[in-house]
Amino acid sequence: MKHITKTFPGVKALDDVSLDVNECEIHALVGENGAGKSTLMKVLSGVYPYGTYDGDIYFQGKRCTFSSIRQSEQAGIVIIHQELALSPYLSIAENMFIGDERAKFNVINWDRTREDALKYMERVGLRENPNLPVNKLGVGKQQMVEIAKALAKNAKLLILDEPTSALNQKDSEHLLEILKELRDKSNISSVLISHKLNEVASVADSITILRDGKTIETLQVERAKDGSVSIGEERIIKGMVGREITDMFPKRNNPIGDVLFEIKDWTVLNPDNPERKKLDGVNIAVRSGEVVGLAGLVGAGRTELAMSVFGRAYGKSITGQTLIEGAAVDISTIPKAISHGVAYVPEDRKELGLVMIQNVKENTTIAKLKKISNMAVINEHDENKVAEDFCKRLNTKTPTILQMTGNLSGGNQQKVVLSKWLFTDPRVLILDEPTRGIDVGAKHEIYTIINSLAAQGMACILISSEMPEIIGMSDRIYVMSEGRITAELSGKTATQEEIMRNILNN
Amino acid sequence: MSGLIAILKKNVRQYMMVIALAVAMISFGLLTDGIFFRPVNLTNLVLQNSYVLILAVGMLLCTLTGNVDLSVGSIVCFIGALCGVMMVDLQWNPYVAMLVALLVGALIGMWQGFWIAFVNVPPFIATLAGMLVFRGLGQVIMKGQTKAPFPREFQLISSGYIPDPFGGFAVGKLNFHVFTLLIGLLIVALITFSEIKKRKKQKEYDFDILPAGVWLGKVIFIATVLVAFTVVFAVYKGFPNILILLGILVIAYQFVASKTVQGRHIYALGGNRKAAELSGVKVRWVMFWIYTNMAILAAVAAMVFTARLNSATPKAGQNFEMDAIAACYVGGSAVSGGVGTIIGAVVGGLFIGVLNNGMSIIGISTDWQQAIKGFVLLAAVAFDLYSKSRSSKVS
Repeated sequence: MKHITKTFPGVKALDDVSLDVNECEIHALVGENGAGKSTLMKVLSGVYPYGTYDGDIYFQGKRCTFSSIRQSEQAGIVIIHQELALSPYLSIAENMFIGDERAKFNVINWDRTREDALKYMERVGLRENPNLPVNKLGVGKQQMVEIAKALAKNAKLLILDEPTSALNQKDSEHLLEILKELRDKSNISSVLISHKLNEVASVADSITILRDGKTIETLQVERAKDGSVSIGEERIIKGMVGREITDMFPKRNNPIGDVLFEIKDWTVLNPDNPERKKLDGVNIAVRSGEVVGLAGLVGAGRTELAMSVFGRAYGKSITGQTLIEGAAVDISTIPKAISHGVAYVPEDRKELGLVMIQNVKENTTIAKLKKISNMAVINEHDENKVAEDFCKRLNTKTPTILQMTGNLSGGNQQKVVLSKWLFTDPRVLILDEPTRGIDVGAKHEIYTIINSLAAQGMACILISSEMPEIIGMSDRIYVMSEGRITAELSGKTATQEEIMRNILNN
Repeated sequence: MSGLIAILKKNVRQYMMVIALAVAMISFGLLTDGIFFRPVNLTNLVLQNSYVLILAVGMLLCTLTGNVDLSVGSIVCFIGALCGVMMVDLQWNPYVAMLVALLVGALIGMWQGFWIAFVNVPPFIATLAGMLVFRGLGQVIMKGQTKAPFPREFQLISSGYIPDPFGGFAVGKLNFHVFTLLIGLLIVALITFSEIKKRKKQKEYDFDILPAGVWLGKVIFIATVLVAFTVVFAVYKGFPNILILLGILVIAYQFVASKTVQGRHIYALGGNRKAAELSGVKVRWVMFWIYTNMAILAAVAAMVFTARLNSATPKAGQNFEMDAIAACYVGGSAVSGGVGTIIGAVVGGLFIGVLNNGMSIIGISTDWQQAIKGFVLLAAVAFDLYSKSRSSKVS
């Protein structure tokens, strides 16, 4: 892939990115969240058709102009997405040949289907009955079905988007072994997108690092006979992080007050699997004027903590206490939480944060319409004024406050979500991945807004998967792992390595 | 001119139905040599469609949530039967009986709302069940008979006209209903005034506004049409009672939907239920009240319909739910929810009503009318989706 540039409204997701994958190699693609890895792979696999990006793709020497996934699959490039694309109630064999059924005159030949399925299953080391519905398999085995499905399509290049993020250690190792085997025995190359750097260092033949939509470097990994490798995790992290953290995050020197908000012994059961605790005895305290970071991997329970606290929007059999200024408060429904001054800016703007088909004004005021209405009748003048004020205050770029929020860029959408919650006059603000998927400039603005809120005495809880952000923004950091708080660190002195160690040493 | 086209394109959703309604009315006026526009026919048009329009007002709120209510036709039958029992068999005071009918409507709505909002039964299923239950119960309490006749006071809902305290005003052969003229002029004045106020506000906030000429044209057009219809009604017997009831309902619901906290909550829920819930909207209660309200309006429609026929029959209200749903979608509701207006649903309902009425006068059989209505529904929704996909590509 040469000089690929892809822009979305308001964001340049890829900027002159090049990627060379050799035959018979495992090529790792690493970078922070939002660095452009997934976008690049979507360009390669035809999800974004030819013509919607600039640059060229060459595969086995030929210039490719894929206009759909089907075409890229015919060429031998198969992508396996982070969320598996299997039909849960269909069998392994049926899933494997969806869209490519073993059929004659449109009538499926089940014997051949099963035979062929077994053939490909053997290549990925999956010993199961091909008639078994895939929802009866664990995630690890489902992943194997996906790979077998890709092989059935005659794949020459596999793209795996974080294939091990949902797998345990054993399944991950097995999957990586399969990739090596495919490379050595069948000449199939893989592009492996992963956040697990130990994995990357152990299997990859070369590593390309992306940062902010640009290629930073491609490293060749030399493997000695004794298994030691030439490139360590530290080296990769250096390339990924790159920039000086201090540049990005504005300083904050406001005084920190007394403890404003506390969560005590917070235990929540997983609603999908009530035998397991999603959160286990969590204790957190936030002071007025303080920004407290919640660090952890995806699935550690940070979002679940926030949502279960905020009006019990998540979880089952919730036990524990919430206190504001030392007094227990009942915030067991969302309206109660809002009236006690607790606000939650959700992780997923589009699904949970905004009504995309409504305008900026309507989204700004929805959480506390009482404030601008009299006997349930909304005062239009007040509402317009509120919306205009917030647009000015947060520098939201929109033609008018009547613009549909679905038409705004990610950063401006996030500012509308922030406006909505600031309009409720919160004292405790929980921000869940507030800068996900927005460009660097808008990120900086959001950080500045958070700082000014803290300076006004608000207690802020910042959930983020981007470690530099957590470190750069927080006064204190709680590290979460598998539903527990495993460490409390000072934001001034914490390092990424220290946080990572506390996540892993659980 | 190109500016005008651009404005039309931008608001195609908003204006299309009104234009289609105007075109349909004018065409039928020409095709029937003016019979269509005769006072007696326009009065009939209102009477024939009033119950569907009342149902459409409630149904719109259901479609805003992305759902429908299939039970309304059966509720019309059930409440009609109840009215028959109370007024014809038991000879109750009609006003007491009407109040009881409304209360029973509310109870039916709460029953359905309970299953939908608090047990999470999908509205389609809950109201499909209601459709079977209340049709059945209606037939049970009528024991297969038709109940008639109803007291005079009850019939007046649908067959009466507003009184004229000024006693009429004769110009040559024509006798004008003065009170009707006054009400009509008052409404025109109010609409003009609110348009002026709205425009001033929009200017203040720097919103996109129509060019002065187009805006003036629009206001003059609305005023002319309203004055014309007022005069037509005034030379006949004045406004029918039912038109006044309908007018009050439409204005009240339009106000609630567009200006109040409750209305905003409904739109937010329809646009994104999860986001609305996380913003503190009590989504379960909103669903509960929407379906309760729908059944109350179905009770109103039942009384209007029963009063018009002057009899309660076991077949009453059949397919009314479909007419009301069609009115909403023809009038611009989005199937996925969150988009639609009360006025739109009423215009959609009127459009279907005008087609029915016009085709009847021309002499097209009801079988064909049914088929043509189907095509109109399909065309309206397909056009809507087409124009939406095109506008989203441009932006």
